[in-house]
Amino acid sequence: MARTIRCAVLVFPGSNCDSDLFKAAAAFPEFAPEFVWHTTDSLDGFELVLVPGGFSYGDYLRVGAVAARSPVVRALQKVAAEGVRVLGICNGFQILTEAGLLPGTLLHNTSLKFVCETTPLEVGNAQTAFSSAYTAGQVVQVPVAHGEGNYFCDPQTLEQLEANGQVVFRYAAGRNPNGSLNRIAGICNEAGNVLGMMPHPERAMAPWMGSADGHALFASLRDALLAPA
Amino acid sequence: MMKGMVTVMLKQDVLDVQGQAIQHSLHALGFEQAQKVRIGKSIEVELEASTPEEAQAQLKAMCEKLLVNDVIEDYTLQVQEA
Repeated sequence: MARTIRCAVLVFPGSNCDSDLFKAAAAFPEFAPEFVWHTTDSLDGFELVLVPGGFSYGDYLRVGAVAARSPVVRALQKVAAEGVRVLGICNGFQILTEAGLLPGTLLHNTSLKFVCETTPLEVGNAQTAFSSAYTAGQVVQVPVAHGEGNYFCDPQTLEQLEANGQVVFRYAAGRNPNGSLNRIAGICNEAGNVLGMMPHPERAMAPWMGSADGHALFASLRDALLAPA
Repeated sequence: MMKGMVTVMLKQDVLDVQGQAIQHSLHALGFEQAQKVRIGKSIEVELEASTPEEAQAQLKAMCEKLLVNDVIEDYTLQVQEA
């Protein structure tokens, strides 16, 4: 039997996509997900850390700001620097930017509306650990559900993100739901081991959910983690 | 005891959609003169410090570590005896 990959699903007060993310990982026999509470101060031994969506700490002060200073995120900063794969979705993406693991931040949607709909995404880079099971330029259907998903950063950072191929997912032309710069839906860090995205691949795992296009993201991670070093 | 007031505002080059919506609403109420409306927040903190300078330094550290996101926000500090 193939070896299993220990993966942590972080849980903050106010997380609400943690069970969905756990189930998305558990759909693969190779993943062994475990819930990890926000007060835990070590993530040693995990090969993958999943940061779920929701409204951590009520989104007080700024979205993701309080969660980003919690003990488990200090542990996350340590393992991320060691190269452990980290996937943050929605509020998880907001937490990763507040924690300094990804550049920029997420502002209020320009419409000021909470958007909740299936959105076409273009795969901007299919050569990352999170996207290798897609093809570059492929359009996939993944739902979004957020009020603050408008990606913003300074012009130099934006130039670097584009030049380095760090824009892994982009909203399809004419379908930007929140006003993000360059239609950015998901970015990775320069090292390529941390990805944050506003759309929810864990809500697109099977045809009965409306789309199975999120499945390939977790399959990419499985393949990357099981590949011989 | 000192009392600090931190005022946090979005940077000038960051689009403030809430400010725009409020400005629109003010215009709808007949306040046509209202321009460049921007939304920020005020954070009041009481703290032990022997001098206003010490309180100022402590508050600055709090802003840098948590209260302000310098990607999008600027802040000002005021300190007085509580």
